[in-house]
Amino acid sequence: MTMDSKTDLIAKARTALDLNLPLTVEILHSFIRNEVHKFGFTRAVLNLSGGIDSALSAYLAAGALGPENVLALLLPYRASNPDSRSDAEAVVEALGISASLLDITPLVDPYFAEFADMDVKRRGNVMARARMIVLYDQSVAFDSLPLGTSNKTELLLGYSTLHGDMASAVNPIGDLYKTQVRQLSRHLGIPEAIIKKPPSADLWPGQSDEGELGFAYEDVDHLLYLLVDERYRPEELIASGFERQFVEDVTRVVQSMQYKRRPPIIAKLSQRTIERDFRYPRDWGR
Amino acid sequence: MLPQRTKNPLKSFRIGLAQINPHLGDVERNIQKHLDVIAEAEAQAVDLLVFPELSLHGYFLEDLVAETACRLDDPRLTPLIAASEGMSILIGMVEESADRRFYNSGVYLEAGQVHHVHRKVYLVTYGMFDEGRYLAAGEHLRAFDTQFGRCGTLICEDFWHPSAVSIVHADGADLILGISSGPGRGVSGESQDLRSAETWHNLNNLYARMCTNYVVYCNRVGYEDGVNFWGGSEVVGPDGSVLVRAPYFEETLVTAEISPDALRRQRSLLPLLRDERLDLTYRELRRIYRERYA
Repeated sequence: MTMDSKTDLIAKARTALDLNLPLTVEILHSFIRNEVHKFGFTRAVLNLSGGIDSALSAYLAAGALGPENVLALLLPYRASNPDSRSDAEAVVEALGISASLLDITPLVDPYFAEFADMDVKRRGNVMARARMIVLYDQSVAFDSLPLGTSNKTELLLGYSTLHGDMASAVNPIGDLYKTQVRQLSRHLGIPEAIIKKPPSADLWPGQSDEGELGFAYEDVDHLLYLLVDERYRPEELIASGFERQFVEDVTRVVQSMQYKRRPPIIAKLSQRTIERDFRYPRDWGR
Repeated sequence: MLPQRTKNPLKSFRIGLAQINPHLGDVERNIQKHLDVIAEAEAQAVDLLVFPELSLHGYFLEDLVAETACRLDDPRLTPLIAASEGMSILIGMVEESADRRFYNSGVYLEAGQVHHVHRKVYLVTYGMFDEGRYLAAGEHLRAFDTQFGRCGTLICEDFWHPSAVSIVHADGADLILGISSGPGRGVSGESQDLRSAETWHNLNNLYARMCTNYVVYCNRVGYEDGVNFWGGSEVVGPDGSVLVRAPYFEETLVTAEISPDALRRQRSLLPLLRDERLDLTYRELRRIYRERYA
C-alpha cells in the first residue's frame, strides 16, 4: 500500500485551494445581487475594519451592486490602531462607496467602567458586539442588508465573536479559506498594504491572529482543506507526516467551536420544533 | 410483426431549453414564468420546450414539499397543459400521487394532455442534498413515444447511474431528456471550468456517444440559500458534438435543431446500437440477480 506523504498532500491542498478567480468573482457577484435583491433590497452595508476580509467583502459588494449601493461603516475604538482606519479609508476611496465614521468609544467605555477587572477578551467581544449593533441599526437607516466578513478558516476555528463580527444577513466570503481571501483580494486589486499586513482583529494593541491561534494561516488552511473538504481522518494525516499536536489541536478547536456555527439549540417538546423538524429554506417563497 | 425498438422514428424538429430561475416554493409565480417562456418559445417556432428539474417549485424545498406539491389534475396546471396543444412541453414539479406520496417528476405535456410522467428514481440524499427525506422514489424507467420520436426522461441524479441511461436507451429512446437543478461548485484554478459543469458536460458527451443518441440537458440557474445553480444547458448530438450550450448563471432560452439524418449518419458510422446485445445483458443481469438474491 502506498501512502501519500505530507508533501504530496500539501501540494494537493495548495492546487485545490488555488482559485479560478474570474469564475469565483462571477459567482460571488451574482450571489450578492441575487440574495440581496430577492429580499427586496438594492443596497448592502458592512463594517469595514481595515483588514483584508472586510475589504474583500466591500470590493465584491461594490462590484455586484454598484458603489453607490454600498455603505461602509468605520467603527474605531479609541485604542484601535490608526492604520486600521487609514486602510479602511483607502478602500472607501478606491471603490467610491459611501462611508460613515463612528467612534464606538462612547458606546462601550461606560460599560467597561462598570467592570474594572474585564480582561481584553471580554472587552474585545463587547466591542465586536457594539459594532454589530451599529451595523444592524445602520442597515435599517440605509435600507440595506448587512454583509458578512467572516472567512471559512475563521468560521471553522471559531476565531470570531458570536453575535459580533459573525453576525450578518448574507456572507459572500464564508466559503473561502484565508489564503483564498488573499488570492481573490490580489485579483481584485485591493491595496497591497492591506493584503500584506499581519491579520489582526485589532481588539487590543499588538493583537495578531496567527500569534493567538498558534499557527500560520497557510498551514492551517492546508490542514483544514484536507480534513474538511477531502475528509481525511486525523490519523491518516498524522501517519503521512503532519505534526500530531497540530492536527489534534485544530481538530479539537473545530469541534469545540461547532456551537458558534449553529443557531441556539431548542429544548424539544412538540411534534415540530424549529430547525429540528420544522425545516424551511431561508429563501422561502423568494 | 417484427419486434421494434422504436415505434416512432425520430423526426426533424426544433427543441428549446428554458434555462429559468424558479421562485422557491411559489407555484403560481412559476406557472406564470413558464407561460412567459412558452410565449417566447412560440415566437421562435420551438416544437418541444424543456424546463429544468422542479421548474414549477424550485429545489431546496424541505418541508415546503408537502405544502406545495401538485396533483396532476390540479386546476392551476390547466393553462400549461392547454399550451401543449401547440408545443410539447416537459416541466419539472413535485407531483402528489393519488396515495399522497410526493415525487420529483418530469411531466411531459403533449396535444393538450399529460402524455408521460417520469418520477425521479435516484433521489439524491448525501452531502448538500436531502431529497430522500422529503420525496418518494420513482419505480420505473421507461422510454415513451412522442410526436417527435421516442424519448426518455431522466432527472439529475438518474443520470449518475449508467444503468438508468442504458434502460431508457434499450427501451428505444433516441432522445434523452435530462433535466436538472444542478448546484455549481468547485472553483479551483486547476480547471478553466466549474467542476460540476465539467462533470456534466463529460456525462452528456459520454452518454450521447455511447448511445449514439441526442442528449438534452436542461439545468436551472439562480440561487437558493446561497447555493448557485449554474445553467449551461446543452443539446449534444449523437456524435458528441455540442449543438447549443446556454451561458452559465443566466436565465435564457436556447434552441437547437434535431435531425434524424444526423442520427442515421452517426449510427452508420458507429453501429453501437446495432451491435448491442440486449439478450446477453438480460441473461447476465438475471444470473447476477439470482446469485445475489436467490
